[in-house]
Amino acid sequence: MFSYYVQLGVRSLKRNPWLTALMVMAIGFGVAASMITYSVFRAVSGNPIPEKSERLFIPQIDSWGPKYNLLGNEPPYALNYVDAMAMMRTHKAKHQTMLYPIGLSALPRGGQSIPFTVEGFTVQSDFFAMFDVPFQYGGAWPTSDDDQRAAVVVISRKLNDKLFGGENSLGREITLSGHNYRVVGITENWNPKPRFFAVWGGSSFGNPSDIYIPISRAMDLRIDTAGNNSCRGRIDYSDWDGWLQSNCVWVTPWVQLDSAAEVAQYRQFLEGYAADQQRAGRYGWAPNVRLRNVMEWLDYMQVVPKESSISLLVALGFFAICLINTIGLLLAKFLRRAGEIGVRRALGASRREIYVQYLIEAGAVGLAGGVLGLLLTALGISGVGLLFQPQIARLAHLDFTLVGLTLLVSIFATMVAALYPTWRAAQVQPAWQLKSN
Amino acid sequence: MMLQIKPILSALRRHKAGAVLIALQTALTLAIVCNALFIIQQRVAHLSAPSGIDEANLLVIENNWASKLSKDDADAQQRADLIALRQLPGVHNAIASNSYPMRGGGWDQFITLTPDQTTAIGDPAVYLGDEHFLDTLGVKLIAGRNFRPDEIHPIANRENVMPPVTIVTKALADKLFPDGSALGKSIYAMSSTPTVIVGIVDVLQTQSLENWQMRNAYQSLIWPMRQVGDAYYILRAEPGQLAAVRQAAVKALYAQNRMRIINDDGVLDYAQIRQQAYDSDHGMAVLMGIICVVLLAITAAGIVGLTSFWVGQRRKQIGVRRALGATKRDILSYFLTENLLIGIAGVMIGACLAIGMNLWMVSHFEMARLSLMYVLAGIVLLLLLGQGAVLAPAVRASRVSPVEATRSV
Repeated sequence: MFSYYVQLGVRSLKRNPWLTALMVMAIGFGVAASMITYSVFRAVSGNPIPEKSERLFIPQIDSWGPKYNLLGNEPPYALNYVDAMAMMRTHKAKHQTMLYPIGLSALPRGGQSIPFTVEGFTVQSDFFAMFDVPFQYGGAWPTSDDDQRAAVVVISRKLNDKLFGGENSLGREITLSGHNYRVVGITENWNPKPRFFAVWGGSSFGNPSDIYIPISRAMDLRIDTAGNNSCRGRIDYSDWDGWLQSNCVWVTPWVQLDSAAEVAQYRQFLEGYAADQQRAGRYGWAPNVRLRNVMEWLDYMQVVPKESSISLLVALGFFAICLINTIGLLLAKFLRRAGEIGVRRALGASRREIYVQYLIEAGAVGLAGGVLGLLLTALGISGVGLLFQPQIARLAHLDFTLVGLTLLVSIFATMVAALYPTWRAAQVQPAWQLKSN
Repeated sequence: MMLQIKPILSALRRHKAGAVLIALQTALTLAIVCNALFIIQQRVAHLSAPSGIDEANLLVIENNWASKLSKDDADAQQRADLIALRQLPGVHNAIASNSYPMRGGGWDQFITLTPDQTTAIGDPAVYLGDEHFLDTLGVKLIAGRNFRPDEIHPIANRENVMPPVTIVTKALADKLFPDGSALGKSIYAMSSTPTVIVGIVDVLQTQSLENWQMRNAYQSLIWPMRQVGDAYYILRAEPGQLAAVRQAAVKALYAQNRMRIINDDGVLDYAQIRQQAYDSDHGMAVLMGIICVVLLAITAAGIVGLTSFWVGQRRKQIGVRRALGATKRDILSYFLTENLLIGIAGVMIGACLAIGMNLWMVSHFEMARLSLMYVLAGIVLLLLLGQGAVLAPAVRASRVSPVEATRSV
């Protein structure tokens, strides 16, 4: 019976080609617009580290005071040097890292080569385990290297390919901005989207990092941040050391807390630290701290670009209009066949059979719309660069999930849209139709 | 025409579903089209904001040193670079700065009128430059004077020297001193040392075009400093010489010293800078435009489809009316009026939806309030669209001959 209904459906679609084409186009455009914008939205609003996002936290301490704080007395987005170093020494969380973005120069071997820029982060040893950084060779430097301010570096696979032709270069030295570092690890290509750990200091959708060096070493070498630096009040410093002692914030801290008890404990520690600073006279205000996990932080920092949300919203509205349009057209199409339905009902077809037949017919429209939508989606995704920066546009791609989703959404939505017209079709009174004929 | 409204309404009651669907579709389309048109207008206005600089002849080169230099070394190298650049044929002038208009972000600093004021009066963009800055960028000095060469200081990384003099944009001067007396006045930039406004320039766009900076649009200040170390070299070419200068400048810099980094994407003219800065605005305007056109087409097609169906369904009634003396005009105006009534119901709901949707976006995306002109324009547009869409089926209806009355279905 199913295949018979499918046949009937296809035949009926062919009977009013113009009306059918209209429906298919409406659904195709609607589903394509939704899928294109969704693919971007999915890429920028996803959870970059789903297994651990609940356990990674970014502590914030109010180092500016209510006079200078952000809207709603929110503390600064990052730590100043003094607080960062204090927290680094205290090491209250089992795993923690301080980080900030850097840009250095690297010099490939060979006399004729010219230097090029490498970007990355200063981090602590725990960084790699905390954020599940995958390694091709080697691994993180030992924590003792943090304390000994060792000249070690973890480089990306891409940089290793460029500098050493992709061979295992563990133990070899590279020169970054005039200083030598020993390679202890080579990461796989790794660039979570959004790059949650450097949302404020760096860029949420930046290029993958080439290098990671110990923050202790970077401080010795006075390597400046390549990211944000935000200050309040009077900036009394006149040189590097003065800057370090100022209230300028630029270091991002991360801690891993594995249980609710640990979270509570850490929050207590933060409050205690802030209270100590108040007692010591560094802060002239009551403790004001925050402890946000990954998704809370991304939400607070409004990482999803405005363009993405607005266009998704508009596209969904667009799809809704297309579906309303489809309801109307299906209604017209089905009711035009009231006579035919009447005959079938009079010959013994049950209401249920009418339902099945017409829903299948709608499904066929949905399928055709989905296929058109798929073509338009593929076309549209290649044009996403029109709206978004290249690093975001690169994220939108047509994968199996999206193909399946496009077809499913389109068939399902069309069948939902067909519910009312089908119900009307099934209500057709056989006797009345026969009489009027 | 008015006489027909009553029978139309009672006839509409017979096919409520179709009428409701058309009204709903009109309402939603109006809501989206109004907002989309408004977004387009906003973005286009953003796109065409003037920069105040001689964009056609400017080139920006991002220069980074391969190793960290001492301040004196960096200063000497930069002076040599600038001399070499200024001597290049086709180069009008050149400077080193920390940033340039439309870069996308950079240094901004709170400004107060007294040293102990805690709430800032402005958050202008900070540009560092020497006495060649105004000439290089082509910024117009409208009051006061330019920097003197003896006022220029080289500034190294994380140095924080408060310059005794500064040049500000007119927008900033007006914000700080609304009575127009900015010249010669002291301001404080997060410091206890004052800095005196010696010059006012006309228009100089800020580095960031984000919302936070747009609130201080065109508020920029120039400090008499040369950023040594990693910096942007900004070159102004003689008219028509930009391409040649582009070729020669990088070569000249490498000839000066090879241990520097100039990336391929580190050399930009203002066509490229503008494009990068406004990419998403441009894209958003195009996207919204496409959506509007497709949406209107689909809505029109839907109205055509449903009305055609009604006409087909009512051929017999139309025939009867014709047989009873209704003219073709009567039939035509019947369907047009019917559509107008449905359309009016739709746009009334749609106007509320449009405003509601805009208010929601205002609270979520820092968007501007929708101007009522857009709603009115949208209403007219959709009513006309409805009339246009219904025309073909209505004409077909008017051609139904009175003979139809005698036929069975």
